[in-house]
Amino acid sequence: MIRTEHLVKSFDGRVVINDISVEFDQGKTNLIIGQSGSGKTVLLKCLVGLHQIDSGEIYYDDVLYTGLDFKAKKQIRRDVGMIFQGGALLDSSTVEENVRLPLDLFTNQTAKEKLDRVNFCLDRVNLDHANKLFPAELSGGMIKRVAIARAIVMNPKYLFCDEPNSGLDPMTSVVIDNLIKEITEEYSMTTIINTHDMNSVMEIGEKILFIHGGRKWWEGTKHDILHADNKELNDFVFASAMAKRAKEVL
Amino acid sequence: MQFFDFVGRYFILMSKVFSRPEKRSIYRRRIFFEMEALGLNSVGIAAIISVFMGAVITLQMSINLESPFIPRYLIGYATRESMILEFSSTVVALILAGKVGSNIASEIGTMRITEQIDALEIMGVNSASYLILPKIVATVLFFPFLTILSIVIGTAGGYLIAMFTGVMNPSDYVDGLMYSFKPFSIWYSLIKIAVYAFLITSISGFYGYYAKGNSLEVGRSSTNAVVVSSVLILIFDLILTQLLLIA
Repeated sequence: MIRTEHLVKSFDGRVVINDISVEFDQGKTNLIIGQSGSGKTVLLKCLVGLHQIDSGEIYYDDVLYTGLDFKAKKQIRRDVGMIFQGGALLDSSTVEENVRLPLDLFTNQTAKEKLDRVNFCLDRVNLDHANKLFPAELSGGMIKRVAIARAIVMNPKYLFCDEPNSGLDPMTSVVIDNLIKEITEEYSMTTIINTHDMNSVMEIGEKILFIHGGRKWWEGTKHDILHADNKELNDFVFASAMAKRAKEVL
Repeated sequence: MQFFDFVGRYFILMSKVFSRPEKRSIYRRRIFFEMEALGLNSVGIAAIISVFMGAVITLQMSINLESPFIPRYLIGYATRESMILEFSSTVVALILAGKVGSNIASEIGTMRITEQIDALEIMGVNSASYLILPKIVATVLFFPFLTILSIVIGTAGGYLIAMFTGVMNPSDYVDGLMYSFKPFSIWYSLIKIAVYAFLITSISGFYGYYAKGNSLEVGRSSTNAVVVSSVLILIFDLILTQLLLIA
């Protein structure tokens, strides 16, 4: 579980995250949604510690993360996996080396144990036989799957995904969504996904946080969202003509 | 103010770079990789420039020192001293600042803007140390070999031009090469190139690491890295010469 209390973050005096208090549940896919520029990515980066917050508190399983020193934070980060928007795979390393990197640096496993673990993770994301390929040789969907494999290789307790479907076709998006949901349940992780893909919201949105203008605007599930009477939320969710028609049918 | 901000951030980064590595064996492997990428791959350019520079120095000396009062072997001596004292360390370093410096700044800068550095940080890796330290160690250890290679090839270039153009007797040139040799000159040259290697790699790493924005910014970081490294090489040339040869 990850919890924030009165989180505030600003850049050059401009408040981007304004007094957000929210709880992200363990074993569920927690979604942060909102328009571009609403502060989703900043919130996610504050949660993982890539941005220093101005004020407020972040708890990882009741441990006050924001109060920890550098060494203790580093320890918690070993339990964190993150999937970046563009994959963020190391260009100069092969798929196998990318996935193996955390094992190389933080475990004393033998080469065989590490290879077995890498192969297991790649197999888990349906990406066997890609070990020796470089990121430049992979498709967008494959890059995302390698990023997922790398994120889960250390058995993380917390998984963060920044727009995991961006740039993917609808079918591949569904595959990635389902994969993240399956892994979340399988390892009972606290998964936080930052997205503006409505298909993802309807497919895997077990808990949804809607941010508007840097503020927490609405909170609920994928079932609640269809019947919510929040204007800004409805404007965002049912922006397209097709979504509006779908709502009328429902 | 901007200067102090630059210096402050540079030393903060260096303190991160030289903090204890996560796992020495991984860093060792990366040092060998960087030796090949930054050092071995620069042998060609260093060799080409050195052979031509040695030849040109010999040619110019031959033309300009044409006097019955100046022994011809001094041309070989002057070529050797020019190569050892200045060319094979400082000029080669300026060339490497362009090749290696821009390579490092653009590589690390691209990693910054494509969130690869963030990914390392999330894993709990000291990204500054992981990315920059192996490059610094590799260049500080390898660039002195490039200097020695440059001295050998440069003086050989002088010999070849003497032999093929007949501007002077090759045996006079060889006599000059062996005349009044001071081994400390070699040490002076090696110390200089080691310092330059550190400057090129750390400055370029700094510009790459703090790149932000888009590809234009990465290009700008790369240019700044080369310009600042080159200026610092010249300043340190002055300082080290004063310290090692004059003081």
